[in-house]
Amino acid sequence: VTNLLMLIPVALFLGFSGLLGFLWALKSGQFDDLDGAAHRILFDDDNDQPSRKA
Amino acid sequence: VSEACLHCGGAVPAGLGGGFCCRGCEGAYGLVNTLGLEQYYRRRTVDPAARPLRPDEEAGRFHDYSAHVQPAENGEACLHLMIEGMHCGACIWLIESLLNKQAGVTWARVNMTTRRLVVRWRDGENDPGTILAPVLAVGYRLVPYDPQRLGQETQRQEKELLRAMAVAGFAASNVMLLSVSVWAGHFSYMGPATRDLMHWISALVVLPAVAWCIRPFARSAITALRAGRTNMDVPITIGVTLASAMSLYETMHGGEYAYFDSAITLLFFLLIGRYLDSRARGRARTAVEHLLALDATAVTVVEPDGGQRLLPPHKVAAGALVLVAAGERIGVDGVVAEGSSDVDTGLITGESVPATVAPGAKVFAGTINLSAPLRLVVAAVGERTLLAEIVRMMEVAEQGRARYVALADRVARYYAPVVHVAALSTFLAWTLFTETPWQVALLYAVAVLIITCPCALALAVPVVQVIGSGRLMRQGILIKSATALERFADVDTVVFDKTGTLTLGRPRLVEGGWQEDDLRLAASLALSSRHPLARALAQADPAAPVAEGVAEVPGRGLEAAGMRLGSRAFVGVEDEFEAVGPELWLSRPGRAPVRFAFTDEVRPDAAPVVAALQARGLSVELLSGDRQPTVRQVAGDLGISVWRAACTPQAKCRRLAELAAEGRRVLMVGDGLNDAPALAAAHVSMSPSTAVDVSQTTADVVFQGHRLGPVLETLDVARTSRLLVKQNFALALGYNVFTVPLAVIGLVTPLIAAIAMSTSSLVVIGNALRLSRGRKP
Repeated sequence: VTNLLMLIPVALFLGFSGLLGFLWALKSGQFDDLDGAAHRILFDDDNDQPSRKA
Repeated sequence: VSEACLHCGGAVPAGLGGGFCCRGCEGAYGLVNTLGLEQYYRRRTVDPAARPLRPDEEAGRFHDYSAHVQPAENGEACLHLMIEGMHCGACIWLIESLLNKQAGVTWARVNMTTRRLVVRWRDGENDPGTILAPVLAVGYRLVPYDPQRLGQETQRQEKELLRAMAVAGFAASNVMLLSVSVWAGHFSYMGPATRDLMHWISALVVLPAVAWCIRPFARSAITALRAGRTNMDVPITIGVTLASAMSLYETMHGGEYAYFDSAITLLFFLLIGRYLDSRARGRARTAVEHLLALDATAVTVVEPDGGQRLLPPHKVAAGALVLVAAGERIGVDGVVAEGSSDVDTGLITGESVPATVAPGAKVFAGTINLSAPLRLVVAAVGERTLLAEIVRMMEVAEQGRARYVALADRVARYYAPVVHVAALSTFLAWTLFTETPWQVALLYAVAVLIITCPCALALAVPVVQVIGSGRLMRQGILIKSATALERFADVDTVVFDKTGTLTLGRPRLVEGGWQEDDLRLAASLALSSRHPLARALAQADPAAPVAEGVAEVPGRGLEAAGMRLGSRAFVGVEDEFEAVGPELWLSRPGRAPVRFAFTDEVRPDAAPVVAALQARGLSVELLSGDRQPTVRQVAGDLGISVWRAACTPQAKCRRLAELAAEGRRVLMVGDGLNDAPALAAAHVSMSPSTAVDVSQTTADVVFQGHRLGPVLETLDVARTSRLLVKQNFALALGYNVFTVPLAVIGLVTPLIAAIAMSTSSLVVIGNALRLSRGRKP
């Protein structure tokens, strides 16, 4: 029984942190463009990052 | 057709060297190479369904982007745009690279899913016209939109569903972990204390999750109940709430059975279905959200002091003087005060030949001014324009259709009361006729509710629809409304519009009556005009050189060195027979005038599609706003026996009402603004993606490409879908017939409920998947 008392909270905690991670990703807009991300990786160049010019 | 254009991939007209189909493409190719982005051509994959990347010579004229610039933080300016003509990932790369090379641009990002672009730049360092020019020159079309007004609602809902799905998924998987050990405990030994602990932990996880995840269903259920109806969400909400409450009660009293896992798994499954459904339709909707383009045209107002100002149409007052450049869409209803020109009224009348206007003539919002600048006195704006009136007619017509009840809701209407009566009578029978304590009887009643809770039933329709619309989407057919496929399956009459629907909506030169050298000469004159007939003529002979010193006489024709190309009256032909289609005449000193006749080309597969529809027992009709001889000819060519010409939008609506009164279920296929009310009035409607924005917004289904085949394909998929939905209902109901008696006599435990529920859902999903595997078209 003591094992259970430890294992159940651990399992729940792990699951919960996964959930929080997902909700964070959702909120930060990572699911806004599911098609683009898959294509974008093929063409990313390093030389014209907009952030560097700013 | 030998060579593909190096830029757009289209066919290079014979006799034109250099590897380009037009000057625009040559310029675009040069631009891309100059900027060192030539890898684009190696990286891209051309999507045949998308608009070819052919630069529009007047790109940028139609929209004044500066009216839509919004201030962003850090003194930056920001512009939101919709992109047309994107093919693949390489297009994202090209657009972003082009923009990032412009001075002052700090951020340019394309969202491929929604086909939208956000550009930010340091205000004052550059203006939007300059920034966007290279993207337009390459051939993309950009339409500004207001992010506040567009799709926020659906996006918010979709995010809520996704969030609820994540929470439900988390809760379901963790509770299942606990439930499996409880079930195992039924067979081996598990002390009541341990079981209670498990139940309490489950309650702790599930109750908040249920409270949060049930909101989308509860909201819809309450709305339905308020309106005095029931829908699928009513039994779902009651079932899940009761199951959770009952399980909590059981847990507090140390009971043996709790249904926490069933309640949350049920919600999880349903949320998946709901999310898929909303996503499939959301994608179709974003592809069609160009309605705002109409509103996005800015109007150039001439102020009393002679200055010019750009204003959105709704801010222009009646009586104001407005300038409309050649090639611009007219944003207001008005009377021509100065200038004469040709106006493309296709939007309003469906006619393919532009009308000639002179001072005193009335022009309407939504039409396009073709050949010369006009000054208009504004007669009506916004709500009072003919355009707005047509939109209003459309809304009235749409209300009739809103009464359509989805099949699932029709089933739910009968199903929900039966379920609730069954549960209630189970409870009453157990308490009244047996010695069972009421708590146990209530438990049995809840088991009945859970077993009958229409998990499979609620999945039966959305899964089929998601798969059906996914299959259609791969062929460029977008289903916009939730019940469109169902309504499509009912259709017994198809009504077509002519211009732009059965035909491609652009004139093509007819052979005969002219010689090669006549054409060469006429084409070289025609190159100086934007009139659609002149363009068709120029296209017919791409090798023609540009003639020097051509003067355009607006509304009449072209003139150069004694030669004239234009209307019958312009070249002085005194021939009284009526022309079947549009025509141009060429006159030269000392030679008889030559006639060039044009026809609006019928879509390549229109005849077989019409024949196939008739073979399927559907009656086909043609309603057109065009003139009688033209309509008669097209109807004859395609074998359509019932046709009407010169129909006003009202007349089209009336005809549809007549058909509806005869009990017919009508599919309306049309593309013009004049079709929009009829599209809204029909049982179900379809528009090509070349249609005007209002029509695309109204239509239930939008299809891409030059072929008419999608009409047939959609019909077939709709009919198959209906069959599968019915099979799914039969499966779901059959499973209920089998398990409900078990629940009524109190034999169902949470384990059996969980197994039964998942299997029935899987069977229904499996059956629906057969649709995606269907035959190749």
